[in-house]
Amino acid sequence: MGAISSPIRNPLITGRKTYAQITEDICRPTERTPSFAWVVAFALAVTFLAVYLFCVFYTVWKGIGSWNLNRTIGWGWDITNFVWWVGIGHAGTLISAILLLFRQKWRTGVNRAAEAMTIFAVICAGQFPLIHMGRIWLAFFIFPYPNTRGPLWVNFNSPLLWDVFAISTYFTVSLLFWYTGLVPDLATVRDRAKGIRKKLYGIASFGWTGSAKHWQRWESLSLILAGLATPLVLSVHTIVSFDFATSVIPGWHTTIFPPYFVAGAIFSGFAMVQTLMIITRKVLNLKDYITLEHIESMNKVILLTGTIVGVAYLTELFISWYSQYPYEQFAFFNRATGPYWYTYFAMMSCNLLSPQIFWSRKMRRNVTVTFIMSIFVNIGMWYERFVIIATTLARDYLPSSWSMYYPTWVEVGLFLGSLGLFFTLFLIFVRVAPVVAIAEVKSILKSSGDQYTEKFEKYHHEKQFANEASDA
Amino acid sequence: MSNTGTNIIYGLYDDETDLLAAVKEANSQHLEIMDVLSPFPVHGLDPLLGLSESRLHVAGFFFGLTGTLVAFLFMTWSLGFDWQVIYGGKPYWPVPSFIPITFELTVLFASVGMVVTFYTICGLGPGVENPIIDKRITDNKFCIAFDASHTNHEAVNNFFSSTGATEVNQKTI
Repeated sequence: MGAISSPIRNPLITGRKTYAQITEDICRPTERTPSFAWVVAFALAVTFLAVYLFCVFYTVWKGIGSWNLNRTIGWGWDITNFVWWVGIGHAGTLISAILLLFRQKWRTGVNRAAEAMTIFAVICAGQFPLIHMGRIWLAFFIFPYPNTRGPLWVNFNSPLLWDVFAISTYFTVSLLFWYTGLVPDLATVRDRAKGIRKKLYGIASFGWTGSAKHWQRWESLSLILAGLATPLVLSVHTIVSFDFATSVIPGWHTTIFPPYFVAGAIFSGFAMVQTLMIITRKVLNLKDYITLEHIESMNKVILLTGTIVGVAYLTELFISWYSQYPYEQFAFFNRATGPYWYTYFAMMSCNLLSPQIFWSRKMRRNVTVTFIMSIFVNIGMWYERFVIIATTLARDYLPSSWSMYYPTWVEVGLFLGSLGLFFTLFLIFVRVAPVVAIAEVKSILKSSGDQYTEKFEKYHHEKQFANEASDA
Repeated sequence: MSNTGTNIIYGLYDDETDLLAAVKEANSQHLEIMDVLSPFPVHGLDPLLGLSESRLHVAGFFFGLTGTLVAFLFMTWSLGFDWQVIYGGKPYWPVPSFIPITFELTVLFASVGMVVTFYTICGLGPGVENPIIDKRITDNKFCIAFDASHTNHEAVNNFFSSTGATEVNQKTI
């Protein structure tokens, strides 16, 4: 609102926008004919989606034997993909919920897209455990329903079952949070639309009018949902880490310290937000709303969480050496120097070393560097999960059962195809809904719009000058 | 809610500071405001309109409590009484193992319950068509509406012109 911001804060909305211009800029992409770039991207995404559907069909038809999993290595690319997508799905809630509680205004430029990304990433994540079951038509066995087998209930002691509840709760809550935030903006689109679009947006916007009492409840609801989503997002990835930590595989105990796993999730999630937002702001021409200030803030989070993850890697190595316990030492030194040394190398260089570039302000504000870095982090975090899951299994207790694992084309197809699913959903989203939260951006205009921040700055500057003059 | 047949007089403002000043002025003139509509939440408006704090969080607490009880009691009943199985040498009633699911269902029940409550009490939902006073209210206009049958038209018109409303109209919604 009209509250005075600190003069050292840079503006978050540039281009001297008025309320009407904000509406126009953000609603335009949903109204015009799609650009050529969008059509090409969409065609590509749908192609990958087709590959995905084919690979799912093939897996279900042929069975899990179409993958290269074996007696030693029972979890490979599938669970790696699952954890990777879930991790990506955490940044949206972090941006929208935790930053809301911390009153970070830069959240408003990116929260909508980040939340959408969360939902799509969780959709992708949820597929992998289901496909991995082999007999996907029996997937409902994971829910405790009255059955004819006793009823024999599910095992509530199992972290895998906790995961079922955690992921489905997370998906539901994220969806509700996202959609409730979207309703006022869909009403904005509705009031600009004509004909069939008006009707459809009318249904989607739930009859929103902007009444003062509704706004009050809406803000109250957003705040409480944020308060609930914050421990929820931490619990979800903690439970994902329990999937491994509670097992009897030494290398999987690397996840026994959930905050490290959560930091990794935030790290990869922010990287994916950067990847998407850098493209979106350019293609949809939203550079006035997703500014260098936003990109820099997110890069700071990437630097922090990347370093936390790096410290955890190094601590593991140190403790395994310091313990002087040969089995523990083997588990970790095998990671770094064993047959899968290159995955460990990719993980270390992408996750620990490369983000250090962001100590430089110039690099944090460089869009090209940020984009390349975000891809690096995405790759690095995929390798991290692969290192934990597969390379540990490859060298288990009995040297006679040691084995190697390389994916088949079906597994590669499933992974690349899930990217197709993700991008198809995201590209549809940017066409039908406002990518930036219109109402929330309007509400920070008076404190973070450039024409207003300049005024504060001028005011402070003059005051300081006057004080100095009076001191003299 | 379709048309209610209420006759209203409304004024549009260009800025939220004008709106806040106008609402203050209306209060001092004892004009009874029917509703204030805005493109985004205007802070400081609720006390001026005499809106009491939302009690959604109270509802949320009870929804959450329901979730806690449902999860904990169900797991206690199913594993502890209905079909007892020893998992990994744990007791039949492994309370620490119940914590994650109890927490998740607490959050789930609280969130779903509150969202449903929110839409219900606001009278919003898929396909609901509320009367739209002016299309620009979701864009850049701030609106104060009076019930025309309960107010003195002259006083309201004077009020709008003195507080800087850019447009004043009358409409049946």
